[in-house]
Amino acid sequence: MLNALTIMLTIGLPTIIAALAFAWWFRAGNAKATYDPEFVYSGRIELIVWSIPILVILFLGGVIWVGSHQLDPARPLPSKAPPLEVQVISLDWKWLFIYPTQGVASVNELIIPAGVPVHFSITSASVMNVFFVPRMGSMIYAMHGMQTDLNLRADHPGAFYGQSAQFSGDGFSDMNFTVRSLPPPLFAAWAARTRSSGPSLDAKAYLQLSRQSENVKPYTYRAVAPGLFQALISGRLPPGPGPQTGRNGPDVSPVTPGGQE
Amino acid sequence: MTLFGKLSWSAIPIDQPIPLITSIAIMLVILGVLAWATIKRWWPYLWREWITSVDHKRIGVMYCVLGLVMLIRGFADAIMMRTQQAAAINAPGYLPPEHYDQIFSAHGTIMIFFGAMPLVIGTMNFVIPLQLGVRDVAFPTLNSTGFWLTATGALLVNMSLLIGEFSRAGWLPYPPLSEGRYSPGVGVDYYLWAIQIAGVGTLMTGINLVTTILKMRAPGMSYLRMPMFCWTSLASNMLIVAAFPILTATLAMLTLDRYLGFHFFTNEAGGNMMMFVNLIWAWGHPEVYILILPAFGIFSEVFSTFSSKPLFGYRSMVAATLFICIVSFMVWLHHFFTMGAGADVNAAFGIATSIIAVGTGVKIYNWLFTMYRGRIRFETPMLWALGFIVTFVLGGITGVLLAVPPADFVLHNSMFLVAHFHNVIIGGVVFGVFAGLTYWFPKAFGFRLHEGWGQAAFWFSLTGFVIVFGPLYVLGLEGMTRRLQHVEVAEWTPWLLISVAGVGVMVIGMLCQIMQLIVSIRNRDQLRDPTGDPWDGRSLEWYTLSPPPYFNFAVLPDVHGEEAYWTTKRGAIERERLAPEPDYQPIHMPVNNATGFVTAFFATLIGFALIWHIWWLAILGFVGAYATFVIFAWRDREEYEIGVDELRATERERRRAREAWLGLEPSA
Repeated sequence: MLNALTIMLTIGLPTIIAALAFAWWFRAGNAKATYDPEFVYSGRIELIVWSIPILVILFLGGVIWVGSHQLDPARPLPSKAPPLEVQVISLDWKWLFIYPTQGVASVNELIIPAGVPVHFSITSASVMNVFFVPRMGSMIYAMHGMQTDLNLRADHPGAFYGQSAQFSGDGFSDMNFTVRSLPPPLFAAWAARTRSSGPSLDAKAYLQLSRQSENVKPYTYRAVAPGLFQALISGRLPPGPGPQTGRNGPDVSPVTPGGQE
Repeated sequence: MTLFGKLSWSAIPIDQPIPLITSIAIMLVILGVLAWATIKRWWPYLWREWITSVDHKRIGVMYCVLGLVMLIRGFADAIMMRTQQAAAINAPGYLPPEHYDQIFSAHGTIMIFFGAMPLVIGTMNFVIPLQLGVRDVAFPTLNSTGFWLTATGALLVNMSLLIGEFSRAGWLPYPPLSEGRYSPGVGVDYYLWAIQIAGVGTLMTGINLVTTILKMRAPGMSYLRMPMFCWTSLASNMLIVAAFPILTATLAMLTLDRYLGFHFFTNEAGGNMMMFVNLIWAWGHPEVYILILPAFGIFSEVFSTFSSKPLFGYRSMVAATLFICIVSFMVWLHHFFTMGAGADVNAAFGIATSIIAVGTGVKIYNWLFTMYRGRIRFETPMLWALGFIVTFVLGGITGVLLAVPPADFVLHNSMFLVAHFHNVIIGGVVFGVFAGLTYWFPKAFGFRLHEGWGQAAFWFSLTGFVIVFGPLYVLGLEGMTRRLQHVEVAEWTPWLLISVAGVGVMVIGMLCQIMQLIVSIRNRDQLRDPTGDPWDGRSLEWYTLSPPPYFNFAVLPDVHGEEAYWTTKRGAIERERLAPEPDYQPIHMPVNNATGFVTAFFATLIGFALIWHIWWLAILGFVGAYATFVIFAWRDREEYEIGVDELRATERERRRAREAWLGLEPSA
């Protein structure tokens, strides 16, 4: 990205300066400037005018091709450690993170081990969203009935802001979450602690969770019904129900009562 | 099922003061204008000369008026959005989400469909026949119908303020959010029918202007003698003809989903929302070039005229225009690199996108060399054009940056993207339209716009624009996403506050524009253009009087060379007299008729009825619209003759004006 910016600025800034300089020098009041209304075509200048952008784009095209392949979000990160699997489900309007290996889940808070690559499998329970943690890198869409893949790694322990980057309805602005990157032993301890308390996420609890709610405070599930993520993608679990109430009825102007379910 | 479908008194948002007060204020203004017109007894004049007019100049002016009014409405939405975000840092702000979401959806919809499009189409409508040296467009009544259908769309969008609600699904209603399950309200239906009706109008205009340019040019005006604005307009209208049916079909599929339970884009039953996203951008990306190409044409005219030089590299510019026109259809996927396509696909579309920059780059350099060795006059249109080069190059750089998929993976849907497209649309289309309006205003109304207020408007708009959108680039790089009703990240605060301050500067710019109009109308006698050629112009619109007679040219001009009027003007100056007076032949002009207005009236009924599920009214509207068409098709009289005497009188007036302007001996 910085490469691309440098390339473009190298060519763009002189253009702007030349435009202003030409405009100023050839102002009507400048007696010293040459006036040559016959200067309307020059094969040599046209050649340069076409080749500068073409050469820039040839160069940039190479950068694009290489960059797109190297930084493809679906491409596993080079690492000796096996990646941590996390299944991400966007709901109206909160994020559900399922840890299939650990058998736990959390809402609106993502706990990951620092320095270990994470493989996210992403889908949506209702409308489109985008899973995005700006400090960690790439974003990717969450769509119902489909799975997208993203590989990220937090190099250091810390807390990062995560959000949805695709407008998804009235509760969208509160659809953010905190990513906590912990040293690996602390992550293992967190998983063990989570397994020992809190509610369990079975089909019934999921149906309750899939209803619209805003500004949901983070909490965890001690257990998750196996195959929940696949059941949602394959359509065995129904999509989120959408708004149920409204000003003058939901079919005129739907309104969702704010607050937590 | 009731008589009025879903409609009842409680659809009016009594409990929401902002839309209620706004719509009451708008209604009072409209009623005031209507009352004023009644008191002044303007109705017969307005009906005869404007509402039923099929004159391309009148229709062009009405398009521009609609565009300017909607620009103000969209700007009001923008002010609310920026102030809401500045007020809602760790606070709820003053607009609840269900209202804020309508505002940003309406802002985008109005600015693109009812602000920028009418302004661009209005300019093309007014200028193209004059530049081609002909008397009207190919299909005058179709032209009127196209305009009034666009006005219907604008009316429906504004009605949603008072009756029901507008869409809350963004300016492009991505399903499944826009499907019945997640947006059961009438908002998306308002969007769909407003855009469908206006879209039909736009398609009509596209067909009309393509036909006009291809089939109706003054004798001697070959394709490679057309002014650059006609070339870019041709490209733009060909894009309209190719792209708008995609929009219509896509929205029709969404309508079927919502009204009849189809499953094109739904979550269930095999629907695929990605299909919608692909289709809408297959229209949406060409749409960007539909807007910007005519602006490029305006800048070409302005650079050449105010540098007192022909356009540099004319044929190269034509090639670049057509290059952009074709490549613009091959880049749509760059709007969703992050939707999970593979690296090969993303890289291919990333490269295709940056290839468009070749055509644009060539244009920028040719404008530069148009100025080179010119004699440049810095009047308002030229200022807008120079401001455009600076802002547009920056917008182009950020655009190419977004075209690099790895960069887009962290910038997609961010405030950086918002800043980028405002950078190119305001810096390109809006500056272009303002340059064009200032440039052609004297042609339309016979007097110039006030120079001082115009320059003030330019400087305030440019400065305000930089202050508003500079910080948004930074916010995007800091990870702020678009369309947030409130924000919870403290680091964003200073940038949001700077940005809202810039809005204040832009408001001053807008007030300067309004003042410019008022001052110019009051001082119209001092600003009068008696010559028909106030800027020492080069193309045929400056050949005729300001304002032109309704038939434009008493005798169609003969075109020799690329700069038709410039050649004639030079010839007259060298010979020290005008060409001998021509032979006058009677001409035929189309009769004004109310077909367009009446069709649009019924289209309004259809749209409103379908939004509210009032089926009998929709049927009534369809029958009325069809009957209007049948009555028009059975008309007996479509043209009337203009006699030689009137033509001779007008032409002599033009010759006298020309002789006085060029300092020639009077010939008669």
